[in-house]
Amino acid sequence: MFEISPTEWTAILLSLRVAIIATLVATPFGIALAWLLARRDFWGKSILDAAVHLPLVLPPVVTGYLLLLTFGRRGLIGGWLADHLGIVFAFRWTGAALACGIMSFPLLVRPIRLSIEAIDRRLEQASSTLGAAPWQVFATVTLPLALPGVLAGMVLGFAKAIGEFGATITFVSNIPGETQTISSAIYSLIQTPDGDAAAGRLVLISIVIAMGALIASEWFARRATQRLHGN
Amino acid sequence: MLRLDIEKQLGEFRLSAAFTSEGRVTGLFGASGAGKTSLINMIAGLLRPDRGIIALDGETLDDTQAGLHVPPHRRRIGYVFQDARLFPHLDVRQNLDYGRRMNRLAEDAAQRRHVTDLLDIGGLLDRRPGKLSGGERQRVALGRALLSRPRLLLLDEPLGSLDEGRKVEILPYLVRLRDEGIPMVYVSHDAAELRQLATQIVMLRNGRVTALGGVKVLAAPL
Repeated sequence: MFEISPTEWTAILLSLRVAIIATLVATPFGIALAWLLARRDFWGKSILDAAVHLPLVLPPVVTGYLLLLTFGRRGLIGGWLADHLGIVFAFRWTGAALACGIMSFPLLVRPIRLSIEAIDRRLEQASSTLGAAPWQVFATVTLPLALPGVLAGMVLGFAKAIGEFGATITFVSNIPGETQTISSAIYSLIQTPDGDAAAGRLVLISIVIAMGALIASEWFARRATQRLHGN
Repeated sequence: MLRLDIEKQLGEFRLSAAFTSEGRVTGLFGASGAGKTSLINMIAGLLRPDRGIIALDGETLDDTQAGLHVPPHRRRIGYVFQDARLFPHLDVRQNLDYGRRMNRLAEDAAQRRHVTDLLDIGGLLDRRPGKLSGGERQRVALGRALLSRPRLLLLDEPLGSLDEGRKVEILPYLVRLRDEGIPMVYVSHDAAELRQLATQIVMLRNGRVTALGGVKVLAAPL
């Protein structure tokens, strides 16, 4: 029977919330960084580039542990945030969003960077000779032309965020209703006797979400590309 | 009045030019590789001279000794590129309106109608640049530059990417534009084109000014 239990629903909704928040918060940073990497030369650029890609190559458990050290209650940044702003990441769903945002960041940045690099800089020059200040050039030419890449990056980042497991469970553990996402719920279920049916349902649901995201991104990208090619 | 005295090293190529132009249409004439485009890119502010001064109507735009460089968007100098460079994500109407929006100028329907009539582009307003012919694209680019209300218009071989038939189609519009009275710097390697349009010629060869004067200097060998 395909009946979703309240616990499963909680995990599904939590996963969606974590992945959506992580993607939305990460996107402006991703765009800024992609622009910096695509359009500016500065000292330490290759180090920054490598640092952005680090979560992709590090074992997720290492990233999670590093997050715990920095953003945990006694961590360098986490302690300060908790004392001064009352923001706590450790063992909260916000921590799961932070972990997912960082783990998906390289996948978010890459397509945006590629699409900015593909923009004809001569169009940006034309824009400046028409009186556009640098931020106006960015807002009216660069960003709209990079939109397919931004959408692709957001969908990829979302897909990665919703599937994230290692860093999340290391950083914020596996607390039902707070930090138990679909992935960690499946992990718990397959270790429980008779958990197979529930795990199977969640597996199916994650496949549906992933497929939906990919189809949506294709659709957005096609529409955006049509818009840009002047038809 | 445009006054210019600059030097610029571009790889192996050295551009070193000085001239003052009072003419309504200054023709910048020379073979390809003479430095014409680099020179007007400097007037537009897209390229910074290594040394020297550029001044327009008494306002200094570049002065390397004083460390002064007015960025392109504050120069109010229009630029029509050889390849039009219309914004592909905007339709013709939005392209034409772009300069007005960026400069926060008030809407001026009469001015817009005047320019669209002048260039016969009123029928293209709802189209995207991808659906325009080469000649139409260049006319829209002219209109777009004009509507940003520049005090000087730079034209870099605006007929360069068009075949003979299209050139004949655009030339009358350029003559109309000249008769509007807006000062222009017109870059070309085609002496015949400049004879029709320019009032003063600056001849450029290997990065240096070799002749200066009325259109009759075009008779001299390059």
